[in-house]
Amino acid sequence: MRLDIAAAEWRRVSPKYVVVDLVGTLIFALVVVAATSVPAFVTRIVYLWAIPASIAIVFIVVLSLTPRRVRAMGYQLRDDDLVFRKGLMFQRFVAVPYGRMQLVDINRGPLDRAVGLSELKFVTAAATSGVTIPGLPAADAEELRDKLVALAESRRAGL
Amino acid sequence: MSSTRLADGEWHRLHPATPLLKGGIALIAILGVIIVNLRDVLINIVFSGNPGDEYDPFVWILEHDFAGLILLGIVAGLLLFVAGFYISWRMHTFRITDEQVEVRSGVLFRTNRRGRLDRIQGINIVRPFVARLIGAARLEISVAGQDANVQLAYLGSSAADELRREILLLASGTKSEAAEASTSSTLLDDLLAPELSPDAAPPESVVQMHLGRLIGSLLLSSFTVVLLAAVAGVIVVTATTREFFFLFGFVPAIIGMGSYYISKFTKSLRYSIAGTPDGIRVGFGLLSTSNETLPPGRIHAVQVSQPLFWRPAGWWEIKLNRASHSSTKGAAGQANTTILPVGNLADVRKVLELVLPGLMDPEAIELLERGLTSKGGNDGFTNSPRRARVLRWFSWRRNGFALVPGAALLRRGAIWRTLVVVPTARMQSVALYQGPLLRRLRLAGIRMHTVAGPVMPYLGAVDADTAVQAFGDIAQSAVSSASSDTSHRWRSS
Repeated sequence: MRLDIAAAEWRRVSPKYVVVDLVGTLIFALVVVAATSVPAFVTRIVYLWAIPASIAIVFIVVLSLTPRRVRAMGYQLRDDDLVFRKGLMFQRFVAVPYGRMQLVDINRGPLDRAVGLSELKFVTAAATSGVTIPGLPAADAEELRDKLVALAESRRAGL
Repeated sequence: MSSTRLADGEWHRLHPATPLLKGGIALIAILGVIIVNLRDVLINIVFSGNPGDEYDPFVWILEHDFAGLILLGIVAGLLLFVAGFYISWRMHTFRITDEQVEVRSGVLFRTNRRGRLDRIQGINIVRPFVARLIGAARLEISVAGQDANVQLAYLGSSAADELRREILLLASGTKSEAAEASTSSTLLDDLLAPELSPDAAPPESVVQMHLGRLIGSLLLSSFTVVLLAAVAGVIVVTATTREFFFLFGFVPAIIGMGSYYISKFTKSLRYSIAGTPDGIRVGFGLLSTSNETLPPGRIHAVQVSQPLFWRPAGWWEIKLNRASHSSTKGAAGQANTTILPVGNLADVRKVLELVLPGLMDPEAIELLERGLTSKGGNDGFTNSPRRARVLRWFSWRRNGFALVPGAALLRRGAIWRTLVVVPTARMQSVALYQGPLLRRLRLAGIRMHTVAGPVMPYLGAVDADTAVQAFGDIAQSAVSSASSDTSHRWRSS
């Protein structure tokens, strides 16, 4: 049984993010597999191919689960805090009170830009909070950022 | 200098002995070495008429009649040095206004650093041994952030105490003028005075550090255990291989460990802690002393822990997470996060009452004390279910949490007992996590995110439904306690 917290509807990230995630992971996988193939290729020892092969299998599993993993990401704006969830095998829920947000970043990588998505990153005084919402449509992301900054301002507490 | 108020918004200079304390001592030492070497040459000249060893640079200089030139060079160099120090002292000024503290320094490369008073995380007065002899002290105002300190090095000793009081008063949110209570102390007073300076503070430390307990705690620390294991290992290796090489290899390590013990010992020896209206005052140190005031509402997590070998004696240690990361080396290094080096349960209670004022009502204190020593079971904590024993072999009965108004208590460990208190008003965020293994066991983990420090507020292997419930409660508490919390402006009402 997976964890879930009783709350309003989760807002999902854009389905287009599946493409971004897939392409990003695929490129990374190709680089890693190519790099680990070098020893086998150079030495011509057959069983060294086991390394890139096993890595490739792991990546195939990761890639096949990507659509579900993206669907598992969600966030909701509650009255006083933002809750973010992610993860399929390793689930993680984080609640950040608005007043604790120190700044909100919007990042757009080349793949994100190609499909018109943005990534929103929240920074608190704790380095471990690590709340990053990927795959938001660019306009939504900016609107959300402005809203969150306003909320944070109205609930500002001391550090 | 101590007669006028320093926090008046005007620019002030530091203690005149500052250059001497900061680097001048090295200069004097170098001069000393040169003079000592010269003396040998002089003695040779006087008694044998022959300067002696011709490879000596001084002899070479004398024989080539460069003496006058060299002397001139030395004098010029010295003058330049002194002038440089003097100018840098003249250029190093600070001022304290109602909102901020500002320091300007540097001759060629000017720096200007400002810190906001309402963001102060602590004010530390450090008195290195040499500075203490002269009657000077270093005032460090730490602001939240990595290496975000404003240093005033050095000030007159009593001026530093007074300045701290005034800054805290400004930071506390009062708009009234600083109380005009001037404390005049002489050099002798300063050397003999207890680490708590007389102003404002109730002079009594609530915890007394006993010599025996301090030595005992050091000898029984985990560090000693590792040390003994290493010694045993070396002896066995030496005995079996008959190679004494290993023994000699161990000598530097022994010296290093000895200095670790001595520094830890001397730092903790004159430990004192007391509550003042402007926060907790913690003093450390024997020869070099440090004395820090932590304003209320600056403490993000507290950990009470007990290394295994302290258990028979019933000793505990308390550490803190704070938003400032002082870069202070030496005297203050330990004072920053370890607020109680060693103490019994009564000491723990007193320190916690100071550190978490308002949160620790008698009921919560009782819960916490019970939680520290209890074997688990029905003791006010929500502990892990029996199925968690796969993951927490010994501690599953004790592995649990309790929520009191305004704080969360996380308890871990049966062998190395640890209890973490997080004031939810300071908590940054809270996470709930579950991996495949925990899912199979219907367990989950909770992690509270605070500013970085030695305390890690997390709890693994909690019943999944309970964890979800706790996650909601903690998130709720973080919001409600933060909106009612005004401790960061503690005197404004």
